[in-house]
Amino acid sequence: MQCEICQNREATIHLTEISEGVRTETHLCEQCAHEQGVGVKSYIPLNELLSNLLSITPKDQASAEAGESELLCPHCGYTMDEFREKAVLGCPYDYEVFEKSLLPLIKKAHDGAKEHCGKVPSKMPKDSKRQIEIARLRRQLDEAVRAEDYELAAKLRDKLAKYE
Amino acid sequence: MKLTEISQSVNEWFSGEGPLADVVISSRVRLARNLGGHKFLACCSAAEKSQILKKLKDVLMGLHLGEEVFYIGVDKTSALERRFLVERHLISQHHAFGKGPRGAVIARREFFTAMINEEDHLRLQILKGGCQLRACLEQINRIDDMVEQQVEYAFSPVFGYLTACPTNLGTGVRVSVMLHLPALKMTGHIEKFLNAAKALGLAVRGLFGEGTEASGDFYQLSNQITLGVSENDIVQRFEENVIPEIVEYEHAARKRLLSDQAGVLDDKISRALALLKNANLISSQEALFLLSHIRLGLNMHKHQGASTPAIERLCCLGGDGGDGGAKKEVSIATVNRLFMLTLPAHLQLNYGKELDSTHRDALRAQIIRSALNG
Repeated sequence: MQCEICQNREATIHLTEISEGVRTETHLCEQCAHEQGVGVKSYIPLNELLSNLLSITPKDQASAEAGESELLCPHCGYTMDEFREKAVLGCPYDYEVFEKSLLPLIKKAHDGAKEHCGKVPSKMPKDSKRQIEIARLRRQLDEAVRAEDYELAAKLRDKLAKYE
Repeated sequence: MKLTEISQSVNEWFSGEGPLADVVISSRVRLARNLGGHKFLACCSAAEKSQILKKLKDVLMGLHLGEEVFYIGVDKTSALERRFLVERHLISQHHAFGKGPRGAVIARREFFTAMINEEDHLRLQILKGGCQLRACLEQINRIDDMVEQQVEYAFSPVFGYLTACPTNLGTGVRVSVMLHLPALKMTGHIEKFLNAAKALGLAVRGLFGEGTEASGDFYQLSNQITLGVSENDIVQRFEENVIPEIVEYEHAARKRLLSDQAGVLDDKISRALALLKNANLISSQEALFLLSHIRLGLNMHKHQGASTPAIERLCCLGGDGGDGGAKKEVSIATVNRLFMLTLPAHLQLNYGKELDSTHRDALRAQIIRSALNG
């Protein structure tokens, strides 16, 4: 679609205005939009990204399926609705209390990941460190198999076997 | 410590030094941490926030960093001082204009800041000049380890470091580089860079972080994914893949400018120089834009051996003054100094009072004129 003003460049900005019940649409290229004073954000702040993720999740579907829509965190009194509104959680326990509702969002925000595989506090019990190391090795093994690096995959498999 | 003790000079990471500094102005690694046994800030009462603030302030002020540190009660400082700290990248906009008891522990040489009660209880950051993400990560890890000896972080074996917003979950690490990409902009390739960054799952922001637009051809590039990938892997990806590629694109664009559009390049630098040396009023946006062109000219002379009439004038600005004196060269350090000291809050803090925009523009123009005209 061509820009309605310059009739030359491709229209990439589509404005819909509804005034007194009448709907008008305008299609502009970025340059003409800028000249008309139409601001275009070329980035999405993280919080906005999260809000977008939250708003595209059918509001009650995830929570209802998880049976968490009416749930109240016993530690902070937070609900999923409050999280949807503020885009921040109430306390560390919310990750457990609302886990089923949060997991799809977490996976979406982190490219499908759902387990930590980075730094671990030195005070952590050995079992937890082991659990994280296993998650890290499994992820590396998946990547090696995807990349068809079977030599590396074999080494990682052997390492995993020692842990499991 | 009074902020005017640091406001008249440029901080170390903005000195123009460091690996690949002609394109990568600075590197930053930030960690988000929360204390176990406390609610996140959205649910904390003012009393609980004060308790967290005191606890973390005591821990951080007591660390042996081998550097002098000072504390600022962010909620107790003036709006002007808070804006100054944002301009200096010592605190975030969110921290400056947030609510409730909050503070910052800052190293005197400004490479380290700990923001207390920002979005999370604790945000630790290290800033260095040029491309030095690996060194930033090593240093922030050492500090994080020291803090962890004295507090208990909210941590889950499954999700890692628990953060108020799930977008920071896991490592809580945000790795970012501030880039100067004027040639990509001039050659019309900046959109390709923005799109490539998005495709790689990276966020592009403006000079002062989240919620700010790119200005003066400066862009902040940072990771968005913090879970399921280690801190080392994130840094390694930036240092080995992302940054070298962007630097190569910007260098190629600079070479293209020189070979195909030397006249255009010369005109831009020439106009920038003429305006900066003569204008009586300059807005901060215009100053960033014009100084960006001067910085490009100087870097192209240094790294690509570029020589156009305007670049030659830049390199011997002031000439011999007609009196046989030594030639005065405008250095990258001078340009960076002007970038920073002419930002609105810097101007006003150094002037000693708040000024309206016209007076700020006049003062800015005067400072730039006197630096460039000798």
